[in-house]
Order: sequence, then structure tokens, then C-alpha cells
Amino acid sequence: MPQVLRHTGWMVVRQARNLMREPIWIAMMVIQPMIWLLLYGQLFSKVPSLRSGAGTYIEFLTPGIVCMNAFFGGTWSGMAMINDLDRHVVDRFLAAPASRLAIVLSQVARAGITAVIQALILLLVGLALGVRVHGGVLGWLVVCTASALLAMVFSGFSNGVALLLRREASMIATANFVGLPLMFLSSILLGAALMPGWIRQISRFNPVNWGVNAARNAVVTGGDWGPTGVFLLLLLAATAATCAFATWTFRAYQRSI
Amino acid sequence: MDAIVAEDLAKRYKTVQALDGVSFSVRDGEVFALLGPNGAGKSTTVRVLTTLTQPDSGHASVAGEDVVRHPNRVRRTIGYVAQDSGVDWEATGRENMLLQGRIHGMAGAPLRQRVDELLELVGLDDAADRVARGYSGGMKRRLDIAIGLVHKPKVLFLDEPTTGLDPEARAAMWVEVERLAEQENLTILLTTHYLEEADRLAERVAIVSRGKIVVEGTPEDLKAGLHGESVTVELEETDGRVPEAAAVVQELATASEVSVEGHHVRARVPNGAQAIPAILSALDGHGFPVASVTTARPSLDDVYLHYTGREFAVEDEENKPQPPGRGR
Repeated sequence: MPQVLRHTGWMVVRQARNLMREPIWIAMMVIQPMIWLLLYGQLFSKVPSLRSGAGTYIEFLTPGIVCMNAFFGGTWSGMAMINDLDRHVVDRFLAAPASRLAIVLSQVARAGITAVIQALILLLVGLALGVRVHGGVLGWLVVCTASALLAMVFSGFSNGVALLLRREASMIATANFVGLPLMFLSSILLGAALMPGWIRQISRFNPVNWGVNAARNAVVTGGDWGPTGVFLLLLLAATAATCAFATWTFRAYQRSI
Repeated sequence: MDAIVAEDLAKRYKTVQALDGVSFSVRDGEVFALLGPNGAGKSTTVRVLTTLTQPDSGHASVAGEDVVRHPNRVRRTIGYVAQDSGVDWEATGRENMLLQGRIHGMAGAPLRQRVDELLELVGLDDAADRVARGYSGGMKRRLDIAIGLVHKPKVLFLDEPTTGLDPEARAAMWVEVERLAEQENLTILLTTHYLEEADRLAERVAIVSRGKIVVEGTPEDLKAGLHGESVTVELEETDGRVPEAAAVVQELATASEVSVEGHHVRARVPNGAQAIPAILSALDGHGFPVASVTTARPSLDDVYLHYTGREFAVEDEENKPQPPGRGR
């Protein structure tokens, strides 16, 4: 096995083990997405036009919330890198022959795995509320893949920002600055047909929307696999780009110390 | 063969010239100390040698490998114990060490054995499976050293290994380092701002001041390089007149490098026995009652004062604003 993957594997094990020692973190990871789903589901359930073709608003909303949760998780994942920088764990790895890419990939993989677990929880809660995944097994797979990739795209970005700014306050500001606008420039809460034209245009270039489209095709439409595949490939390419960016930022970091 | 060679290293952070032409070499198997106050450039030198950052100019090699051209080869042969602990607080001591070993390509039984051996060596075998968050400062420091040694490095960098430790833990750490240097057959580059520590642990010392090495040699040679002895006069009643007393001593032809510390006036003289009567009568003549007089062979303190023209503690204060890089 190549060194990068071995190192990534061991570092993911480290992170998973550390997180398992934080019961509060696990509770938040499970409960938070459910709150989004129940809150938004109730809030907008009386507006029939929002659901654009889906049987119920909750069915329309579930894949959207899966994606929102995944990309929020991704944008915040740089906080773990900041913590490792503050504790000088990153410096220790850098002075050892640790792969830079592995240091980034381990954070990105953690974000992806967390997003998949949360996606499954959301789908199960959705099922209890009457949501049907029309795409069947393939549909479930697409939703999980879309949420993993979405988390990874933004995790790569977030970790790069963490290495460039290296401060918690700056990281929080960036995550907020990026998170909410991208959410409202997507069809998470309402169908594309209801968006003003210019937002619809912008949303086509929004990675969040690529994920939402893929997940919604899988749940609501249960088809359109061609375009769905294209969305997933776009997300994969974006993941590669943001991970490359984060790995590159080690240069800037090492120049500064 | 030289384990570490640094040639004319220079590095500048925005407004601070951290390194201004640092050159020295460390022989194989030697314990070498970079001694200087905070902000003198010791940690930056170590960060260059451990490949964490690159110099603006100059060359350096560790274990025969160039730190800029072959950083990964250097990384495989060195252990690095940074000034700030690099312990993962959420993991146990053992987990910290196992991961470091795996990054160095170790695995299986040899790795587990090595970890057990080191945990015992640094006295953490009982705490090995506890999460490091609960460790004391001294325990974290010992874990740092054990982590740095997992892969059996040839060269160990100890950046301020005892800063922040209480005197008891510091003394224990000194014993630890001496034992490791012997048992692990290591070349050690140590940085410290404790004169005592350099004197005790290092075979050779280089004094660093403002990004430059001002003098280098064995502690004995450095002290012998200063001829004569130091005389310390303790004044009885001072009323803030210690500087005046120092001025009186300064007047004497035999005394040089006069300094003040609390109630004490210190001076260097060619011969203590001959100088003391003159010093005492001069102080008496100006109405300074003397409590005690001692003479001593020069200490590294005197060496530092002699070569930098500054008092160690004073320069430390001057450099309080730290250079950039997350407050280090």
C-alpha cells in the first residue's frame, strides 16, 4: 500500500479514536441533523409550492438537509487542524517523514465518514416521517456518496484556510462567511423553479447544489442517473482541487514558522 | 564525522532578523548546547535543522544529508522535541508513540517492544494507557522525548527541554537526558536559556545572541578563556545605593566587567586574593558596609557577559516581544 494511504489510515484511526472519547461530540453529531430536518420540515410544511414535484415537503427536504449537514460539517472541519496546530501535533508530524497529503486527507476522510453516518441517520428519520427513497439501493448509495463528497470538498477548503490563517477566530469567520450564502444559493430549501433567475444561474456553479441535485434525483426522482453521475464526478474533481490546495498551504505555513 | 553542520544560516521574519549568519558543527555522539536568551535565534536554528522551515540563505546538513535538498532523508534520522509539547492530548501515551512509530514506517512486534522499552526508560510505563490530557508538565515532556526516540534516531533535537518545569522535574530531566545520551548512543543538540543546564549537560556550548553565535567551546575552555576570577561583594545596608557602590569598584584599576544583582556587586579581577583588600578599603572609604565577599572561578554567566557585553537576564527582558509564528 502506498505510504500516503497508510499514513492517512493511521491518522484517521487516531481521529476516530479521539472523537469516540468525546460523548458530547457523538451526541451532537447524531442529534444536530435531526433538529435541522424536523425544524425546517415543520417551518415550511404549509407552503406546497416549495416542494416542486415531490410528494411531500419532507421528502423534498430530506436530501437537501443531508447535503446541508454534510457541507456545514466540511466547512467546520478545519477547526480540528487548528487544534492540532495549536497543540504542535502538526509540527511533530512535519518534522517526521509524514506525508503532507495524508495529514490533509485524514481530516477530509473524517469529515466524509461523519457525513455518511449523519446521512444514514437522516434517511432513517426521514423514513419514519414517510419519506421514500425512490432510487432504491442505488438511491441510498448516491445519497451517501453525494454527502461524503460534499463534506470532503469543503473539508479540503476548510483545512487549507486553517493552515493559512491558523487562528480559531479567523476560521469561524470564514466558515460563517462561506456557509450561509452557499446554502441560500442552492436548492436545499426550495426548488430551482422558485429561485430568482440570477440565483438559479449562480447555483449551477455551486458545489452544494451539485450534491443536492444528485441526492434529490436519488430520493425524489429515483432516476436521471446520467446527470446524477455527472454531479458526483464534478464533486470528485472539486474534492481533488481543494485537497491539493490544502496540501499546498503547508508551504505557506512552513515559511511562516 | 560531524553529525550536524550549519553554515552561515540566515532567516528573516517580516521585521525580525532571526538568524544572521549562524555557523557551527556538532560531532558525532556529542551533546552540544545552543545557549542564549529568548529570541536569540535558537529555536529558529532548530526549526531549520529539523526541516520544519527553510533558511533564506546558508546551508545545513544533518547526518550527512542536506536539510533543504533531502528533507525526508533528514527526517528519518532525527528526533525532534519541540519547545512546545507536540503531545496529542486526547490520545494515551502509548497511542501517541505507536502513531509516531508508524509514521516512521515501523510496525508489529518490533514497534510494540520499542514503545514498551521507551515507556519504561522515561518512567511512564504506569501511565502509558492513560489519556495524555491528565499528564503533568513533566510527564508530557518525558512523553515528548519518548515520542522523539521511537524510531531510534541518530540525532536528537531538544528545544528548551526543561522550560516550564519546576526545579525538581528539571533536575530529573537532566538525569534523563544524560542517561539517554549514553544508552541510545545519540548526538544531541540542546537549546536552553539556563546557563546551569548547558554547563551540566553539554560537552560543547555555543552562545547565541541576536541571530549570531558569539563564542563556542567546551564550558571549561570558555571559562578558562576568561582570565582571573570573579569577586562578589554583598552589601549590608544599601538604600538603593548599590549602583554607586558598583561605580566605586569600577574605579579600581584591577576590576572589570562590574555588574549589579540585588545587594551584590560582581567584578572580574586577575587575582582575587590581591584584589579583595583594595575593593574592601575602597568601599569602606565611601561608607558602604560589606556583609560578605566571595571569589569564584568564572561561570558561564561571566562568559556570557564577557562575550555579549550584556547581562543574561537583562537581554532576556529586552527580548520579551516574541518573534512571529504563533507566539513562539
